[in-house]
Amino acid sequence: MLYLAILAPFFIALLLPVLFRWTRARQIGWGLLLVPAALFAYFATYLPAIGRGESISREMSWVPSLGISFDIYVDGLGLLFALLITGVGTLVVLYSIFYLDKRKEQLHHFYFYLLMFMGAMLGIVLSDNLIILYIFWELTSLSSSLLVAFWYDRDRSIYGARKSMLITVFGGFAMMAGFILLYIEAGTFSIQGLIAQADSLLGSPLFYPAMVLVLLGAFTKSAQFPFHIWLPDAMEAPTPVSAYLHSATMVKAGIYLVARMIPVFGASEAWFWILLLTGLVTMCWGSVSAIRQHDLKGILAFSTISQLGLLMMLLGIGSAAMFVGGDAMESVYAAAITTAMVHLVNHATFKGSLFMIVGIIDHETGTRDIRRLGGLMTVMPIAFTVALFGLAAMAGLPPFNGFISKEMFFTAMISLQELSWGSAMLWVPVIGWLASIFTFGYCALMLFRTFTGEFKRFNFDQEVHEAPIGLLISPIILGSLVLLLGLFPNLMVPSLIEPAVASILPALDPELYSFRLYLWHGFNMELWMSIGVIVFGVLLYRSLPGVSGWWFFSRERDPLNKLYDGGLDALAVGSEKVTGIQMTGRLRDYLAYMLIFMIGLATYVFFRSDSLVAPSAIAGDAPLYLYGVAFLMILATVALLRIKDRISFIIVLGVIGLMVSLLFTIFSGQDLALTQLLVETVTVILLLLAFRRLPEITPERIPVFSRIVKLVISSAVAIGVFLVGVSAFHFRNETGFASISDFFKENTYELGGGKNMVNVILVDFRALDTLLEVLVLGIVGLAIIMLVKHRFKGGEDV
Amino acid sequence: MELLMLIVIAVLFGVGTYLLLSRSLLKVVASLMLLSHGVHLLILTMSGLREGAPPLLDESGTGATDPLPQALILTAIVISFGLTAFLIVLAYRTYKAHDTEDLEQLRGEPNE
Repeated sequence: MLYLAILAPFFIALLLPVLFRWTRARQIGWGLLLVPAALFAYFATYLPAIGRGESISREMSWVPSLGISFDIYVDGLGLLFALLITGVGTLVVLYSIFYLDKRKEQLHHFYFYLLMFMGAMLGIVLSDNLIILYIFWELTSLSSSLLVAFWYDRDRSIYGARKSMLITVFGGFAMMAGFILLYIEAGTFSIQGLIAQADSLLGSPLFYPAMVLVLLGAFTKSAQFPFHIWLPDAMEAPTPVSAYLHSATMVKAGIYLVARMIPVFGASEAWFWILLLTGLVTMCWGSVSAIRQHDLKGILAFSTISQLGLLMMLLGIGSAAMFVGGDAMESVYAAAITTAMVHLVNHATFKGSLFMIVGIIDHETGTRDIRRLGGLMTVMPIAFTVALFGLAAMAGLPPFNGFISKEMFFTAMISLQELSWGSAMLWVPVIGWLASIFTFGYCALMLFRTFTGEFKRFNFDQEVHEAPIGLLISPIILGSLVLLLGLFPNLMVPSLIEPAVASILPALDPELYSFRLYLWHGFNMELWMSIGVIVFGVLLYRSLPGVSGWWFFSRERDPLNKLYDGGLDALAVGSEKVTGIQMTGRLRDYLAYMLIFMIGLATYVFFRSDSLVAPSAIAGDAPLYLYGVAFLMILATVALLRIKDRISFIIVLGVIGLMVSLLFTIFSGQDLALTQLLVETVTVILLLLAFRRLPEITPERIPVFSRIVKLVISSAVAIGVFLVGVSAFHFRNETGFASISDFFKENTYELGGGKNMVNVILVDFRALDTLLEVLVLGIVGLAIIMLVKHRFKGGEDV
Repeated sequence: MELLMLIVIAVLFGVGTYLLLSRSLLKVVASLMLLSHGVHLLILTMSGLREGAPPLLDESGTGATDPLPQALILTAIVISFGLTAFLIVLAYRTYKAHDTEDLEQLRGEPNE
């Protein structure tokens, strides 16, 4: 049943093309709305069991020899994400029904990708096997960039899709390498199996490389600095996609992975520091960059980056629970994990509703530019109310859910001072607090620039009015959740948050730790920090018009994009250059590459097997006449290099062939000598026929350098062949292994009935070979006839 | 004996490779002929050289030289003859069609 739940979105997606004929130009979203809704209901039935602290696992073997099995493990963390995916998914599908025009848009593509994404995301959060997780992980990258490129005729969509693909797939590859390192060390791909071996993993030399690689995957997916640059460009996707993938679910896959891996890696201090610093930098960078955006979706994109940084940082602080001692200390840091989980849900609600509202504004006014918008409060009262809820929650104002998680976030940062570094950690809360001020600033920017001020009708190409009720349902549901979870924060704690925290920190004793959340904390440090945020945030917003002329403000695009674009360009130019050097179009160069490679290969084999033999090892006597023949042979061969006259060249070539024939005679190869004689005669005649009329050989004027290269290569080949021959012959003499030739010597007469062994081998033992050889000669003959006789129509055109 | 032959073979290979890297089509054809000569002699040499012991049962009996390399070389000679013959005619036709046997000129314009 669980398998069916994960795979159902894929199956239904596959049905879409089949049903295309009957569903063309129909709003298929209504039917598909059932899928996430049913899945949400199904996963909700697991709540009681998970709430009791149980976990459910199913096993299915896939490739047992590689340790890959499709195992499912449902615990608090997985269920929290599964409910988030299906819950937000339902609302997003509902919203998209009204957002996308059934006549103009290719709905089949859209829902196909969306369902594929939903299934892949469920697969990530529910699978226990790292390789299965990786496969689903890449599927989400794929469907994400397909959805970003949904309006594929726009250049910016294609740019954004390629960017998100390149960055997330790069991270995915790194992550897989990390998984494989873990497998090498622990011998299992199972997450639960790794957690059981966490202690022994900590001492392994592969621990830190694996950690960094896995984190690369999580950071690219969750848009952490400096990999965050893909997220703003992914905003080219239709707004339902931005709400779903790029704020509520997919970008949280990295958060999920980190949370999942805390029991494996959390015991090391490096893990804590990497998460803390990356999260902190990302949070600041995101919130500061959001201020200078003019596009509403751009603001939300950088805001999402900032919030993801916050989550990453909270997980870092929380993993300190793994290496500090004492139950009291532990529970302080466990509070950070709780905060992360609470904020995860809160962020999904308020950011989801905000994206949907921005989509509505875009839909109704035709623009998302805050310089053109204004005064929408009276035109769109419902949208305004929902946006107010969402923005207030994001800024951290009571009584919304964002206030609670912000207070808890401050608590977590302050608790860092209880670590052994003491008050030296004070800078963390200070920086976090500054980032919160900027968060307040861009929230105010979004609210006031869009909804207040003067409504300028001439700014818009269309009549502006409140959105249809269908578009408003989903944001209203999310908006009321924002308020509900603010007023009654403990609503989901026992059933959802507690089991999730328990599965991240399995060592934590739930009896010792209270999960109660409160809207009102009393007058403490956190409250004063919140008041400070509001005061300075208002000041920041007031001073924005004054600083908007600064260079900082006038640059909307992230400066890191230059690095990405420049890197891609350099890659293209560089590979073109390399190809240009390599692919010269000269046959000689290609031959040279091959020869150099073969020489290198032979050298490597010689060294590896240590089989080089000194030539003196096979020295022996030779009759005097053999020296004469060899001398003549060498003389004739070397002379070829100097001959300019074509006819002389061919004749010397013939002489060499005759010498070879002579050598065959000397060394008892009478049949060979006869054949060679015949062949050489025919070849020389052919050469003379073909090359008789050609002009003289022109001396080659080639640069000294390439002449030297030619000399080096050919001497290397000569030496290489010489050494191979020496070693092979020496090896044969030394080992004296039985040659298969003995079989032929013994059986030639008995089986073949002939006394010339060579002939019997050719026409009897290897008769089929010889037959095919004749066939080859026949084909050559035909080809030669074609070449000589055939003329293409219309003259010579080869 | 074998050492001397190996030196001859090395020269055949060296000169063959040098000609293979040249511009003239005739030289490329010649280089392939030299290389196949080298290969044939190499096969014979590596199996050990014997004088006056032809692979005939009547003449040499069991002391005959190894017949198997000779059978292989015989096949190779015929095949390389087929190849050379084809190459010669191909080179001839190429020359007729383009009026040159210079590989550099046959290559055409750069960036074509």
